[in-house]
Amino acid sequence: MNKVVVLGATSGIALEVQKQLARRGCDLLLVARSAERLAALQTDLQLRGARRVLAHCADLGAVSEHTGVLAFVSGTLPDFDTVLLTYGTMHDQVLAARSVEAVIEELRVDFVSAAAILTLFAADLERRRGGCIAAITSVAGERGRRSNYVYGSAKGGLSLFLQGLRSRLHPAGVRVITIKPGPVRTSMTDNLPTAVKLADPRRVAADIVRALERRSPDILYTPPVWRLIMAVIRLIPESLFKRLAL
Amino acid sequence: MRNLQSGSEGSAAARATPAVLSWGRYPQLHHRALHKPAWRDQLPRVLEAAAPGSLLPFGLGRSYGDSCLNGGRELLDCSRLDRVLAFDETTGVVRCEAGLSLADLVGIFLPKGWFLPVTPGTSLVTVGGAIANDVHGKNHHCAGTFGAHVPRLALLRSDSGLLVCDAAEHPDLLRATIGGLGLTGVIAWADIRLKRVDGPWINNESIPFRSLKTFLDLSHESNERFEYTVAWIDCFAGRNARGIFFRGNHAAGDRQEFRPRHGPTVPFAPPGWLLNPWSIRAFNATFYALHAHKRGAGRESYQAFFYPLDSINDWNLLYGRHGFLQYQCVIPEQRLDAFEELLERIARSGMGSFLGVLKQFGPAPPPGMLSFPRPGLTIALDFPMRGEKTLSLMRSFDEVVRQSGGALYPAKDARMSPELFEVSYPQWRDFVPYLDPKMSSSFWRRVTGLG
Repeated sequence: MNKVVVLGATSGIALEVQKQLARRGCDLLLVARSAERLAALQTDLQLRGARRVLAHCADLGAVSEHTGVLAFVSGTLPDFDTVLLTYGTMHDQVLAARSVEAVIEELRVDFVSAAAILTLFAADLERRRGGCIAAITSVAGERGRRSNYVYGSAKGGLSLFLQGLRSRLHPAGVRVITIKPGPVRTSMTDNLPTAVKLADPRRVAADIVRALERRSPDILYTPPVWRLIMAVIRLIPESLFKRLAL
Repeated sequence: MRNLQSGSEGSAAARATPAVLSWGRYPQLHHRALHKPAWRDQLPRVLEAAAPGSLLPFGLGRSYGDSCLNGGRELLDCSRLDRVLAFDETTGVVRCEAGLSLADLVGIFLPKGWFLPVTPGTSLVTVGGAIANDVHGKNHHCAGTFGAHVPRLALLRSDSGLLVCDAAEHPDLLRATIGGLGLTGVIAWADIRLKRVDGPWINNESIPFRSLKTFLDLSHESNERFEYTVAWIDCFAGRNARGIFFRGNHAAGDRQEFRPRHGPTVPFAPPGWLLNPWSIRAFNATFYALHAHKRGAGRESYQAFFYPLDSINDWNLLYGRHGFLQYQCVIPEQRLDAFEELLERIARSGMGSFLGVLKQFGPAPPPGMLSFPRPGLTIALDFPMRGEKTLSLMRSFDEVVRQSGGALYPAKDARMSPELFEVSYPQWRDFVPYLDPKMSSSFWRRVTGLG
């Protein structure tokens, strides 16, 4: 984990992960939409200790831009060893549940585009026989809840995709990590009801960096208590689960 | 990437407003909205949407009273604006966003051989907060306040956009913003002149003293030889102030590696009776005995020397759910009689708490219009909030402060009267023209009566 490509470098969790990777002296290649924000991050992460910070401006939600992203990566950091996918979108579920456009948009960004770009990076790492792919999904992807199933189904789909990818890339020695955070205090969750307990993004980032450094786990729950919570939630029979206002 | 809530990127128009408390957890006010922009390009929208007098920039909430609160109105939380924008290795001037914490700043630049020119007793404050309160530290006698090391800043105002303020352009707005309690606009970025140090270690000495006179002699004698001086006093001792005098300098040429500590967290607010006159008296006596016993010279990390309480996360919870008040005043040095009278009143009350902190301010004229430090002796002391009993006790301290020509520190205050503010900060009327029309705070409304 010395040369890391971050897809979605301006997302709340990525910001904290990048600070911690910079402190370790990593090479970073940041991809995000806003050139202005990327420029601010470049200087900041350089001063925080990153060996080198490269930046590429692209809309990752648009599959048509993906080959350009891979071309930039191959041209500037061809020996990258880690890809971390952090971008995502979470619509207001009340809106999303009734709007076909909102449902399609969420699935398109969080699932379709993510699966598409990881397919490109997977081929590159498989050819070089090594490295690591890590992507942020969500505990919301484990069961469809009435309050968040559009986002949940996109993230759940991505989790399944990563599971298959992990198995496929295992013989090539490429590691695939599914990162499942609980709700984290970032811009994405500012509008959630205050009753939701939000995790500190620095702590979540520390868990992610540790997972990237080590050989395990395949599936990271962060904060770790979510592994336990989800184990219980998975046990609830569907006939009961559908009645719960979760 | 598409990281933000649907449709309203970054406006963070809070539908549900989480409770925001200041460090003293008193007063407990409700806020209508909490904006948390993650990027500077989102600030203009927040300012634009705000009603007149409705906003206040907020950092890490380490102000003790209500100067960082805006009850019934809105807060603009700047803590996600924490980027370092530029650094000049020849001059040591760093340009950073206002939400960067001093802890992060030190973490980034100490390994490169640079340290804060002035640091308060906690590193868990933002650069913006340090400027807005023009904070001071143990080197006030030789370095002045934090604002004296801020040669330039960019202020985003609701009425005139982004203004770069320095000695040449808008010098008066720079003077108003330093110590301006966040009321002159949002600091978009600031330049800070860091200073060269050899490493993270401090050579320190601790010397017990048993009278105010001895303290002053020690302080005068140390001011020329030591960059940092401060004392702790036992608030139960009255006019025969007993305490420990600490002084130190950056250790030269020591590059021995230093690993930061991570301390425990106070998990919840314990019952109020835990802190009572007996337990506190016992703590203070033990503290004095321990330090008097190990008096002498030593070496410790900058964290242990400057930020002893930062190692206990959320220590403010120890005061229970009603919170606490900190009383910090400055009294001119020639009014030692008044200072002794104050110590006497504190001791007689039996309500004081841990670690009264005592420091002699230097003569440097403050860089801000509303800066607190002025030549004299300053003391800071915590009091658990016990309702009217605590408030009336503090009013009796106020009498002494007022008669001696002293002042209270807005960053620590939750209750000073408009009259006391008027006599100790008469220049506040000159400050009014520099207010950003969309900014206000609970403190400001309380002490000035302005909307």
